Amino acid sequence: MSDTTLVPDAAAVGETARKPGRRRRRADEYSSVAEARGASRWVVLGVLVALALYAVGPLWWLLVAVTKNQRELYTTNGLWFSQFNLWQNLGDLFTYQDGIFSRWLWNTVVYAGLGSLGLTLVALAAGYGIAKYRYRGRGLTMGLIIASFLIPGSLMVVPSFILFVNLGLYDTIWAMILPGMFGSFSVYLAKVYAEGAVPTELMEAARIDGAGEYRIFFSMGLRLLSTAGATIFLLHFVASWNTFMWPLVFLKGAEKWPVMLGMYSWLQRGTDSTVDLTSLVLTGSLISTIPMVVLMIAMQRYWRSGVTLGSLK
Amino acid sequence: MSVNTQDHHTTAREPVPGSPPGGRARSGSSPRGRTPLWNWRTAQSVKGASLTFPFLAGFALFVLVPVGMALRESVYTTKSTGGLGFGGQTVSFAGLDNFAAGLVDGSFWTGMLRVFLYALVVVPLTQVLSLALALLLDAARRRAAARFRIALLLPYMVPGVVGTMVWIFQYSPTVGPLTPFFEIFGLDVNFFSSSMVWVSMGNLAVWGSLGFTMLILYGALQSVPHEIFEAARLDGASELRIAWSIKVPFVRASLVLTSLLSIIGTLQLFDQPLLFRAVTPETITRDFTPAMMIYDQAFKVGNLNYATALSVILALVVGVASAIIYRFINREEP
Repeated sequence: MSDTTLVPDAAAVGETARKPGRRRRRADEYSSVAEARGASRWVVLGVLVALALYAVGPLWWLLVAVTKNQRELYTTNGLWFSQFNLWQNLGDLFTYQDGIFSRWLWNTVVYAGLGSLGLTLVALAAGYGIAKYRYRGRGLTMGLIIASFLIPGSLMVVPSFILFVNLGLYDTIWAMILPGMFGSFSVYLAKVYAEGAVPTELMEAARIDGAGEYRIFFSMGLRLLSTAGATIFLLHFVASWNTFMWPLVFLKGAEKWPVMLGMYSWLQRGTDSTVDLTSLVLTGSLISTIPMVVLMIAMQRYWRSGVTLGSLK
Repeated sequence: MSVNTQDHHTTAREPVPGSPPGGRARSGSSPRGRTPLWNWRTAQSVKGASLTFPFLAGFALFVLVPVGMALRESVYTTKSTGGLGFGGQTVSFAGLDNFAAGLVDGSFWTGMLRVFLYALVVVPLTQVLSLALALLLDAARRRAAARFRIALLLPYMVPGVVGTMVWIFQYSPTVGPLTPFFEIFGLDVNFFSSSMVWVSMGNLAVWGSLGFTMLILYGALQSVPHEIFEAARLDGASELRIAWSIKVPFVRASLVLTSLLSIIGTLQLFDQPLLFRAVTPETITRDFTPAMMIYDQAFKVGNLNYATALSVILALVVGVASAIIYRFINREEP
């Protein structure tokens, strides 16, 4: 066993020396597997290409569809371009009903932004507190957090509605921002990160230098937890951008809707007396998707670490 | 430390005027001094605990209170007294009547059966496909794998509502490319008919969750120590055999997790069928899934008490189903 591992390890050392990368060891192994078996390699590639096409195909169709005018959308081949009509479609989208679409986009940004900011602060403070201090009630707090993972979302909707009506939060932007700020999973993430990222010795050193506990958290803890913060912010920002049932239940007036709900209302209406809404729904879909795709590709490191951590729990 | 605690208790229990000097005298006798250290540590942990207070307050208000309200509202019943909603409402205690009504509600359990059968097909299908995909990626060259991974993850990055709408348009007989595609083979497929709508929604679910599930499983595969593969290869195991006998058992825990997440989501299916309902209200009725029926009862019919009772029943079903699946998959631990 030790003999067999010695050889690839030696090769790996050479690899790492040449190209600094995290998993060069395994990369070396892949190529040996793939190249040794030419025929099966093509099968692997073929299946991967087919599934990638399946994943990307509908999005390609969407990309093509938004460049077409109404008539061509119905008459030409959906998978290839015709006359380029994108600017006209965008103009229609942002002027329809006095530009309510930009209003919806703005609402979405506000709800997702404020909610995520609040959640990040609340969750980092709580996670740091649980991870770095020993006090009575700490176990109970953790118990509550873990137990709340078991509450299904659909249980919360109706009682939350009754609560919000009583609190006067129904049909206000706070119904969209406040409830999301106390997500227990984010606290769990923050706690796990804080256990690894904030050295107790550093906190002791700060104490000896005369810093108070809050000062230590705000000027040192928050900085050390910036990765956790980015992860929590990103995961909630995306979730809140995509949320649908919550605004459907809690927001009555169209001027307060986020973009997903607004587009649902267009899809439901189908056609207007003047405009066929299909083009608007398609263009709106693309516009509201682009920020998410850009954000998630750019910040892959963060949400993937969050997702993997979630799978370890 | 324990001695100091002891001291504190003594002083706390003797609020006699003479005790402070006594304490001071005692602290003077021990060179370290008890008061500063003890108070400092207490203050420290109290401050640390107070960092969790904003969360706990919000959690109590927005999670614990609604859960309590769900249990409370479901045992009451509300009736309007005057005609046409002009009169007041009377709220009366109904005991378990709402639950009893919910347990024999035909349309609720029909919806439940629908999502169960749907989950029975879609969840294993997603898991198997994602696992196959993760194994294929694991077998591909690293650089190719990175490219494919982005492409396969794209559906996961697309908002669920947009993904659903895009597929609704794919299925659409007027603008979608699928209808003409099947016509080539002489097939006239109506994706919104009552028999096909499950396939249509199932395909959408697989499309949307394939990438995410694959990512988690692929991540788990990366943590398998590669020495095992080398050993197996030396023993003459084929790549397929290695995948089945080494890699799959290694990702079992991740499979349990993704299956659970998948089943929990599927039983509470709401967004997708509601969007489908926008284009095909005849096929997708308003009580098509349990979550849709709860929404309908609460916000269209206005029977909040009954809707909360149904929510509690749904939550219990989800809990029991998750527990059974967890036990079922974990039992086969080698």
